[in-house]
Amino acid sequence: MLRYIIKRLIWLAFVLLGLCAITFTLSRIIPSDPAASYLGPRPRPEQVEKVRVQLGLDKPLYVQFAYYMRNLVHGDLGESLRTHRPVLQGIWEHLPASLDLMITAIFIALSVGIPLGVLSAKKENTTLDHLTRLFSVANVSVPSFWLAMIFQIVFFRWLGIFPIGGRIDTVVNLVSPIKQITGFYALDALITGNWAALKSTLSHLILPSITLAAYSTGLIARMTRSTMLEVLREDYITTARAYGISEREILFVQALRNALGPTLTTAGLCFAFMLTGTFFVELIFFWPGLGTYTVNAIFLNDYPVIMGITIIMAVFYVVVNLAVDILLAVANPRIRLG
Amino acid sequence: MAAVTVLSIRDLKTYFYTQEGVSRAVDGVSYHVIRGETLGVVGESGCGKSVTALSILRLIPSPPGKIVSGEIIFEGHNLMDLPLDKMREIRGNKISMIFQEPLTSLNPVFTIGSQLSKVFILHQNLTKKEAKKKAIEMLSACEMPSPERIMKEYPYQLSGGMRQRAMIAMALGCNSKVLIADEPTTALDVTIQAQILDLTLQLRKEFGMTMILITHNLGIVAKAADRVVVMYAGEKVEEADVFSLFEKPRHPYTIALMKSIPILGRSEKFLKEVKGVVPAPYLEISGCKFADRCPEAMRRCHREKPQLREVEKGHLVACFR
Ligand SMILES: Nc1ncnc2c1ncn2[C@@H]1O[C@H](COP(=O)(O)OP(=O)(O)OP(=O)(O)O)[C@@H](O)[C@H]1O
Ligand SMILES: [Mg+2]
Repeated sequence: MLRYIIKRLIWLAFVLLGLCAITFTLSRIIPSDPAASYLGPRPRPEQVEKVRVQLGLDKPLYVQFAYYMRNLVHGDLGESLRTHRPVLQGIWEHLPASLDLMITAIFIALSVGIPLGVLSAKKENTTLDHLTRLFSVANVSVPSFWLAMIFQIVFFRWLGIFPIGGRIDTVVNLVSPIKQITGFYALDALITGNWAALKSTLSHLILPSITLAAYSTGLIARMTRSTMLEVLREDYITTARAYGISEREILFVQALRNALGPTLTTAGLCFAFMLTGTFFVELIFFWPGLGTYTVNAIFLNDYPVIMGITIIMAVFYVVVNLAVDILLAVANPRIRLG
Repeated sequence: MAAVTVLSIRDLKTYFYTQEGVSRAVDGVSYHVIRGETLGVVGESGCGKSVTALSILRLIPSPPGKIVSGEIIFEGHNLMDLPLDKMREIRGNKISMIFQEPLTSLNPVFTIGSQLSKVFILHQNLTKKEAKKKAIEMLSACEMPSPERIMKEYPYQLSGGMRQRAMIAMALGCNSKVLIADEPTTALDVTIQAQILDLTLQLRKEFGMTMILITHNLGIVAKAADRVVVMYAGEKVEEADVFSLFEKPRHPYTIALMKSIPILGRSEKFLKEVKGVVPAPYLEISGCKFADRCPEAMRRCHREKPQLREVEKGHLVACFR
């Protein structure tokens, strides 16, 4: 197991190297002058020249890349051309907000998608099954920005039960501010017993996380349904029934445990893709996460930030996949990692 | 000792509603088992032996299957009328089952120990520890080497024979009254078959169970059964105690089966001397279903369905001859 993990991490290093080379080259090919960006509006030419040297932009591309990689190894992703703050710090500050959203979303997706898939398989070809399948297809095919706007119209404009956006109510944040411990608002509010803030942050979380969860919910429900259908035909399910095991236990323990592999893999992929999926959602719901941070960086041609985020996303992707593999191996004794 | 009927099946009809049509897998079968005996149920592959057995415990997958009519009388109740939760108290507890395919009959993601313990806890109100002890006991009763180790193993780590032993351990540990063994040895290696059969027979006696032994091998029947039911294409064609059956088989199908008794374990030249195949179960046949293959068929056989009649005490046959 450990060997497998190490092997995967080494592989990650290679992936990152390739990825860095590509993004680095791309960021230098696009027609914009980083040195000018660094100085802000209307810089003087001699200033630009000075910064060019300061940033090492006068060196050949491969030298610049080597520098970048050296810094990267030391955990330094460079600094933002606009704010002049370390990129890593920026990412670190915005990541919890995104993860907040993503974790809630994947939680929703799993806890809605799996039972739906299981029941749908159990009740194959009944009305419930048809409705579930329709629901899944709808979830998978509706674009998130559209869903987000519908939610805003219905729940904010018409019903007025959920806020239109943001992470917490401004007034609440002023009256009883959240003490930052983990960076996850709901968790921090819970730890510090800040009920007003907890309530506010949860009500802000609902619409965006459901929006973000929609696609994954549909996909997970479908995947669970189809594997469950296969598993429920297996002989050992008949054995379980023949020995008086309850239908509930058969469905949710004996069968689901066997069907979980593809579902978990799907969920892992969904979760990894959510890091980009969240960009739209964050923009529409004014969510101060990585998405907002990234989109701003893109508009401003802040290439160190863009690169940093690309790298973080790749790492995230690989780590999530690794975690899923480990989970699968734990769930199924036949899988040997190696 | 008076003959007490433990379980009886009356006019059971189990159909499958498939795309080809209605498959009458079991079409009006009746049989009963007497306490302490072993009832052999024989017939070619596909004649509805397993479906009958599954119907007893109401385990027919639905859809596509459905028990259309019939009664299963056990301990004075018709199992068909029981609500599902009462039915579950009977499954495994009063009637237990061993299946044809040891390779796929155990759940691959749970250890042998946990699968056995779970069933024992469920039906016998044992604590986890007691159930584990019992499981180890049962495994060693089934002549498993190092049962403690087996407890922690997963099915895929065991051979087919070992898995079937584990299955038998589960069935016997339930102290049930009736054991349905659905071809417990068919899928196994030649050398293992005899071992598993002997083990099953010996333990059945030890535990005082009544057994329904399903097989397509009359050799096994001769060795193990007290009475025999011969099935053909979803129907019972002959029933007799084992001696009169082998001495004086009445139905041409039984006679054909006798001629092709496979030596236990040898690959089978099943019913070679009889031409043709079993009619597809979704065909409507007005006469005797065996008539097309029967060496002694008369014209009447194709038109009219022979009813079961008693030719001797306890010896029933569905044939005009
Ligand atoms: N799930 C199912 N769907 C459709 N038809 C089925 C199903 N299960 C069984 N049947 C049909 O029922 C008939 C009887 O099958 P059954 O399994 O009882 O045969 P068997 O006598 O046990 O044979 P074998 O010796 O091969 O086990 C077969 O024709 C089969 O096609
Ligand atoms: Mg069978």
